[in-house]
Amino acid sequence: MLGKTAGSLFWMARYLERSENTARLIDAGFRIALTRSATAPAEWKSVLETAGVASAYAMTHQDFTSARVVDYLLRDPANPSSILSIVKQARDNARTARTYLTREVWEAVNTGWMTLVALLRRPVREDDLPDVLATIRRQNGQVRGALTGTMLRNDGFHFAQLGTFLERADNTARILDVKYYLLLPSVAHIGSSIDNVQWETILRSVSAHRAYRWLYGAEISALKIAEFLILYAQMPRSLAFCCERMAEHLGQIQRIYAEETEAGRMATALCRDRLAGPIQSIFDGGLHEYLRGFLAANAALARQVERDYRFVE
Amino acid sequence: MDTVIARGAGQCAAERTGFIRFFDEMTSQEGGVRPPYREYRDWFDGEDATRIQHKTQQAEAFFRTIGITFNVYGADGGDERLIPFDVVPRIIAAGEWRRLSRGIEQRVRALNAFLHDIYHRQEILRAGRVPTELVARNDAFLPMMMGMDPPGGVYTHISGIDIVRTGPDEFYVLEDNARTPSGVSYMLENRETMLQMFPELFAKVAVREVGDYPINLLKSLSACVPPMCGGTPTVAVLTPGIHNSAYFEHSFLADQMGAELVEGHDLRVVEGRIAMRTTQGYRPIDVLYRRVDDDFLDPLNFRPDSLLGVPGIWDVYRAGGITIANAPGTGIADDKALYSYMPDIIEFYTGEKALLPNVPTWRCGEPGHLREVLDRLPELVVKEVHGSGGYGMLVGPAASKTEIAAFRTKLEANPANYIAQPTLSLSTVPIFTKKGLAPRHVDLRPFVLMSPQGITITPGGLTRVAMTKGSLVVNSSQGGGTKDTWVLED
Repeated sequence: MLGKTAGSLFWMARYLERSENTARLIDAGFRIALTRSATAPAEWKSVLETAGVASAYAMTHQDFTSARVVDYLLRDPANPSSILSIVKQARDNARTARTYLTREVWEAVNTGWMTLVALLRRPVREDDLPDVLATIRRQNGQVRGALTGTMLRNDGFHFAQLGTFLERADNTARILDVKYYLLLPSVAHIGSSIDNVQWETILRSVSAHRAYRWLYGAEISALKIAEFLILYAQMPRSLAFCCERMAEHLGQIQRIYAEETEAGRMATALCRDRLAGPIQSIFDGGLHEYLRGFLAANAALARQVERDYRFVE
Repeated sequence: MDTVIARGAGQCAAERTGFIRFFDEMTSQEGGVRPPYREYRDWFDGEDATRIQHKTQQAEAFFRTIGITFNVYGADGGDERLIPFDVVPRIIAAGEWRRLSRGIEQRVRALNAFLHDIYHRQEILRAGRVPTELVARNDAFLPMMMGMDPPGGVYTHISGIDIVRTGPDEFYVLEDNARTPSGVSYMLENRETMLQMFPELFAKVAVREVGDYPINLLKSLSACVPPMCGGTPTVAVLTPGIHNSAYFEHSFLADQMGAELVEGHDLRVVEGRIAMRTTQGYRPIDVLYRRVDDDFLDPLNFRPDSLLGVPGIWDVYRAGGITIANAPGTGIADDKALYSYMPDIIEFYTGEKALLPNVPTWRCGEPGHLREVLDRLPELVVKEVHGSGGYGMLVGPAASKTEIAAFRTKLEANPANYIAQPTLSLSTVPIFTKKGLAPRHVDLRPFVLMSPQGITITPGGLTRVAMTKGSLVVNSSQGGGTKDTWVLED
């Protein structure tokens, strides 16, 4: 397939995943803002930071009210990372790669975009927000379903999956990094066990608050949360899960092409070197340093994929 | 659609005064249903109008979901519009189609013979049948093609011949499209939509298939391999990209043929071949179905500012490394200034009279013609020789005095840039409206494939319909719609 097409599939999936992650971040932020108005601005700041748009936001906005931040993240034309812009980019990439998509996948992407345009024509009222966010998640679910249900397991499919998991790993690592200070053992040690609402926010931003309880019961510990989101390979948004999938899809691509690549080696190394655990050793080396290192390695992998498979000239 | 036709607009004077009745393809002058439409009409009369209304809305949603939209030139980049689709088919009897297709085949053969001649010995010019300066001073003439033999001897692999009808036996060729005619995806999707909406209709009426067009296109293209091709030819479709108005069609055709859809930046010259950048390195292409104009094909040899083409493709073409479809330089055959010579061109190369007549055309570059056109401006349609899409034209009967005066000045300043035609009384076919069936003007663009093995014409083609009452403008860029076109089995 064309390098450009592989790149379009990869980016289509990344942008869709990103839009869903942003929706989830807004959801979690909004929940805190409702229940704890005093901490809302701080929470919105960290949401913006996680989404990677904090400094851009600060250049044009002074306050951090829910309405302002939510509008910025959902539909502000000045924000290239708004959900509306991202989904538009996902759709443009899908159009470019259209010949490689099944009709079902294309229709899911296109319908998602059309729905979103209609929903976000005007600023979203607070009481409509949960519905809008749920719709965004649902539309993404439809694309995912169509992808796994109708696409040939060829190189194109694997490039799209690779994009999904690379983006997801990036997102989970960012959430943890923005909140890492809450998870520092020292905070827990000095008696103020970590703030219930805060940890729930973290888990909610990856749709995992219930899964956590199933797994760990009522025990809330920084170590456990970090272990869950970093090393627990059954949790579909954990770094371990995402990296295993990346290695797997790159493995398939290498097998299809009968050619090993540097990107393939890097993905395997990422799993082996950074996700072996145990969690204590990650904390010993510094959680923040660990996450920074992971984000850098993940980004380097993305660049290598782009080079090895000739997304651009 | 990017290659579109200019035609009369607004209400025709004759219609207003009520002297002329337009030929309706469904209902005869006496009020009965014409034979090709009888089975359909029986079905229609037994249907509930609200059900059809509902189906119409379904069709629109269906078109939007699959993204059959087009961008209007000059409009905001994000503005994607639907071409209105009408659920009443346009039906052509087997006998009518036989006659039409013979005329179309003759015409396409002549176009190819003309192109070969113009780029070789130019016998038609020596014989004085076509004025030399009309070719020599024409921007669409590509001197670099002189002496070139395109692979398989084919110039117009794909052409679209625009036909209008004015009576039971009166068909005219309005325009030839020998560059990159568009609209075939609408022909195919219209049929697909009709099959989904009214499957029972196709059990009642024997309609000829159109769905094998993409396979025939692939076969036709593959039959014109360049000398350097080894083994099974690799075909690719070259598109200007997702912002082009016909992008949907480009991706649709690539998809249907199982060919790669490439843009200029995916291609480069590698070891004397045009190669596309794949995930595994550069791979040569044998046949390039380009949907990019000649000018933009090669920045080294043509327009230097073009980002749509491939630097050096011309040299590869010349050396037999790739087939370009349609061949560069075919624009000279569908130039509006040459159109009026088509009857002579056909006779010159086939030795036969043209089976399908031209619309009478005045060449404003000729003083006698210009005088007549200036005298009769309010009743004529005047078009730019190189224009398309219904832009930059005058429709006398629909224009105000001021508009006519302004156009007169333009015309007098550069007469050779214009041709004029009478306002044709185009036939009508009913469309479905809330108030029932209502006649609207239509035209027809059959699609013709040419390969060394012969000519294939898909039965029917794209019927375009002016959705507004009385309007003669069927261009999609001017609010025209489309219909499924049925050619009946014998």
